[in-house]
Amino acid sequence: MKADPKGVLTGSHFLDGDHACAEGALAAGCRFFGGYPITPSTEVAERFSQRCPLVEAIFIQMEDELGSLAAVIGAAWTGRKAMTVTSGPGFSLMMEHIGLAAMLETPLVLANVQRGGPSTGLPTLTGQADMMQARWGSHGDYEIIAVSPNSPQETFDFTIKAFNLSERYRVPVLVMLDECVGHMTEKVVIPPADEIEIEPRRYYKGPKDKYLPFKPDKDLVPPMVDAGSGTRFHVTGLTHDYRGYPVMSADCQEELVRRLVNKIRKNADHIVEYEEEQTDGADVVVISYGITSRVALRAVDLARQEGIKVGILRLIVVWPFPEKRIRELAGKVKAFVMPEINYGQMVLEVDRCACGRAEVALVPHGGGWVHDPEDILHTIRQAAKGKGVGKGVIEYPRKKRG
Amino acid sequence: MKYWRRPLDSDQVKVPRGEIHIIKDRCKGCGFCVEYCPKDVLEMSEEFNVKGYHPPRVKDEEACVHCQLCEMLCPDFAIFVTEKEDKEAKVEG
Amino acid sequence: MSAPKVAERPRPKMKEEPHPMESLLRMERIPHIWCPTCGIGTTVTAFATALEKLDWDLDKVCIVSGIGCTGRVAGYMRLDSFHTTHGRPIAFATGVKLGNPELKVVVFSGDGDLIAIGGNHFIHAARRNMDLTVICVNNFIYAMTGGQVAPTTPPTGYATTSPYGNFEKPFNIPHLAESCGAVYVARWTALHVRRLTNSIMEALQKPGFSVVEVITPCANYWGRINRLGTGLDLMRFYHENSIIKHGEDTRNLDIEFKKPIVVGKFIDRERPTFLQAYNQRLSEILGDKFKPYGGKA
Repeated sequence: MKADPKGVLTGSHFLDGDHACAEGALAAGCRFFGGYPITPSTEVAERFSQRCPLVEAIFIQMEDELGSLAAVIGAAWTGRKAMTVTSGPGFSLMMEHIGLAAMLETPLVLANVQRGGPSTGLPTLTGQADMMQARWGSHGDYEIIAVSPNSPQETFDFTIKAFNLSERYRVPVLVMLDECVGHMTEKVVIPPADEIEIEPRRYYKGPKDKYLPFKPDKDLVPPMVDAGSGTRFHVTGLTHDYRGYPVMSADCQEELVRRLVNKIRKNADHIVEYEEEQTDGADVVVISYGITSRVALRAVDLARQEGIKVGILRLIVVWPFPEKRIRELAGKVKAFVMPEINYGQMVLEVDRCACGRAEVALVPHGGGWVHDPEDILHTIRQAAKGKGVGKGVIEYPRKKRG
Repeated sequence: MKYWRRPLDSDQVKVPRGEIHIIKDRCKGCGFCVEYCPKDVLEMSEEFNVKGYHPPRVKDEEACVHCQLCEMLCPDFAIFVTEKEDKEAKVEG
Repeated sequence: MSAPKVAERPRPKMKEEPHPMESLLRMERIPHIWCPTCGIGTTVTAFATALEKLDWDLDKVCIVSGIGCTGRVAGYMRLDSFHTTHGRPIAFATGVKLGNPELKVVVFSGDGDLIAIGGNHFIHAARRNMDLTVICVNNFIYAMTGGQVAPTTPPTGYATTSPYGNFEKPFNIPHLAESCGAVYVARWTALHVRRLTNSIMEALQKPGFSVVEVITPCANYWGRINRLGTGLDLMRFYHENSIIKHGEDTRNLDIEFKKPIVVGKFIDRERPTFLQAYNQRLSEILGDKFKPYGGKA
């Protein structure tokens, strides 16, 4: 299906990541935004508030982040593509409803423009320390999808990707930006509407009185209906059967929650996405995502000039994590080097998948700024020696000059 | 409800008659219907329903005036009243 | 994939006569879970009767409930129904209403869910005059979790977390609703079924944020812990001690322990709803670049 031209601001623009995120959502057909101001994501809400009245969409600034995501889920069930945006503290407040969205299998997009944490942290400065919270934040077993753009153009593109994934798998999808990408202004080219592929919602087509909100198709994804279409459906956050009726039993839990988890895991091959460069024959592969992936390019260039065979693997979809590829590479390379703006989160996944068959070196960063390429270069040099195999996640702190 | 005075136009007004339906197994023996029936049509029975509650039983169906108060008060949707097609309604003496 | 082995509770043998409300209830889930003498069932009956009398297209009526005893109402109504998270039905319902303004959205939940944890959404939806009908079943305590004190528990009332008697000042829900901007506010007890049904009908038809508070007997916790007798005794108490004062100043509507309860319709005023204000303002500013959104309310 092609994008609805109404929301597509075709042309070449000069936008920051926040604004590009809003434009991406509108291009994807998002027609409901419920949000709450929080640095550094507020500009997304501001853009929506300007644009929504012009494209027959609804913007509402709710009283808190809890209410924002609750309203987004409600709107999604009326047939509207819906979105919210937040940052660290708001993200934490939204956890319960991420769980509700996963349990009701509601397609929606949640952009998290990460900032320095924990707590109030560094509101105006960057961070990538919400990655594990994105995966495990709400209580109970569930799976979501998360993408991580590293530029305003990618923020536009990945927000569309996020909406398509959310509709395809009837799941909440997170766009994990950070303050750098969010507040960095670059060229953003918005193609004509007929060049943008949109995943339509998968609607139930059977008789109205036979609709089962949670009876899956073969790909484990159940078709949806809109409220007001006459199927008189019921959905609940309680463990439920196909009909959406609560059933308090371990059997029903196994039937339902196993499917919620498998819906992503069993379809992971179609969801996982990453970029690779010169990983064949590489001694060291630098794995990164978001803004850090651009900073790492400098270090990789310098390392290659020193003759070190360095490959790059950049995560586009961060959850589900590309396990298979890491396991394959682990047998061929000496070491993975992972710079990320936290003290070791996604690197734990790398180490888990490397299974001790390659060294895993973290280049940590507390947040508030991006890495110094020299730190990454220093780690690449040490990792290239491959002395850390099987020692878990290791670090090579660099003595700062002067 | 015993102290209701007799309406002045009680001779012209045709008093409706109701037929009471009790879904015994759905009743939880709360007694609202018996307590608030204005015509004392119902009383708690000695019988047990499948869950061990005493459902109400009709003591005097003729007295029912189809006011539906029992139906509206019942928290368990276990009693309702249908209007009897009166051949020639008995006007209250 | 075979159909799921759903644990069917042993169903008591049902009589065939169709209860008049069966078209509105999910009969496959009746009997419901509420305790004997609980007033929620009576309130559901009033709501269902109101819907039938209004003769609306019930495909366009949505019901949103939160968590708590009353939170289970959505699961029994044969409507598009959402059983959401604790305290958030009003925010959820805001999304449903704005997502499709033609829908009539009813929030049916308890005092703990709407006024305690959900207070923030209650006051803001009232402030915005969001077109929602809120039916707040007030049994004075958190009953689902076993009878804890709530922000609606009358002072000196006992509960499992106020074992020495509640000493906090509770909310006066009609006053709270009025002061935040609700356009329709009424309070009845579960005994006033006809007046309650009429109030719900009025609230459903009223564009904007309308609140109907229903004082209901909770014999199992509130009644037992405070030695107030059975559900019947609580209903008798309403019968002897409720005073109908339409239009009463909402400041005088505090509920005190074992004291008379003032009921009635207190507020019925006009205010532009959120969407009316939205459409009016945006049309004024953007002219024909703006297409008014949704129906009237």
